[in-house]
Amino acid sequence: MHSFGYRANALLTFAVTILALMCAIASFSDTFNSPSPSSQIQILNINWFQKQPHGNDEVSLTMNITADLRSLFTWNTKQVFAFVAAEYETPKNSLNQVSLWDAIIPTKEHASFWIQTANKYRFVDQGSNLRGKEFNLTLHWHVMPKTGKMFVDKLVMSGYRLPEEYR
Amino acid sequence: MDWQGQKLAEQLMQILLLVFAVVAFTAGYLMGSFQTMIQIYAGGVVLTTLITVPNWPWFNRHPLQWLDPSEAEKHPKPQVQPVSSKKKSAKK
Repeated sequence: MHSFGYRANALLTFAVTILALMCAIASFSDTFNSPSPSSQIQILNINWFQKQPHGNDEVSLTMNITADLRSLFTWNTKQVFAFVAAEYETPKNSLNQVSLWDAIIPTKEHASFWIQTANKYRFVDQGSNLRGKEFNLTLHWHVMPKTGKMFVDKLVMSGYRLPEEYR
Repeated sequence: MDWQGQKLAEQLMQILLLVFAVVAFTAGYLMGSFQTMIQIYAGGVVLTTLITVPNWPWFNRHPLQWLDPSEAEKHPKPQVQPVSSKKKSAKK
């Protein structure tokens, strides 16, 4: 502590150590938040449903997505990434996941939303298994904190079925 | 800065930073604003720097009492006998 530079160095080191500790505690405080998000997805229309020339099934559908993700936001949340995936079982794979739509939710004010949309990404099966297929629509979310641990969870909505015939 | 001043500066630095950290975290958590926490803490670090880093007069209240030069001459420092460097002289 005898010189200007020594004191400045000691202060900076200690200040940054405490800052790291504060960030760690802020991240830990997120574990006290027990979120209760809700979501509903209606399939309004199957726009078209066809077999691609090389044999894969492809569907286009229009969905009505309603979600309330406000409870995911804490003081340490930077943004929430949410996506809707179609999940179904085929003889070859016990779980197939196809992402249909996604969004980045920047603030709590935007976290309760309603959107009517066609699938943003193509719903293509690796094969020809989609006719009459029962599938789940799952809302996944990744909570991205300002500092610390990232949280991942999902909400499964089941009971959707594709038509028996191509159209 | 004298010895007691150095001790005071170090303790002051640690206490001030910890207090600002606690205040900043509490305020940020209660207001639900991460930015508030960072701003209060940053302000605290700047203030602590201004208080403890420059050589302020209050760190120099206990100057060292050196011996008077005449007193020192009465007790000369023991002279270190130069070790005869035979190798060096040999080379020369």
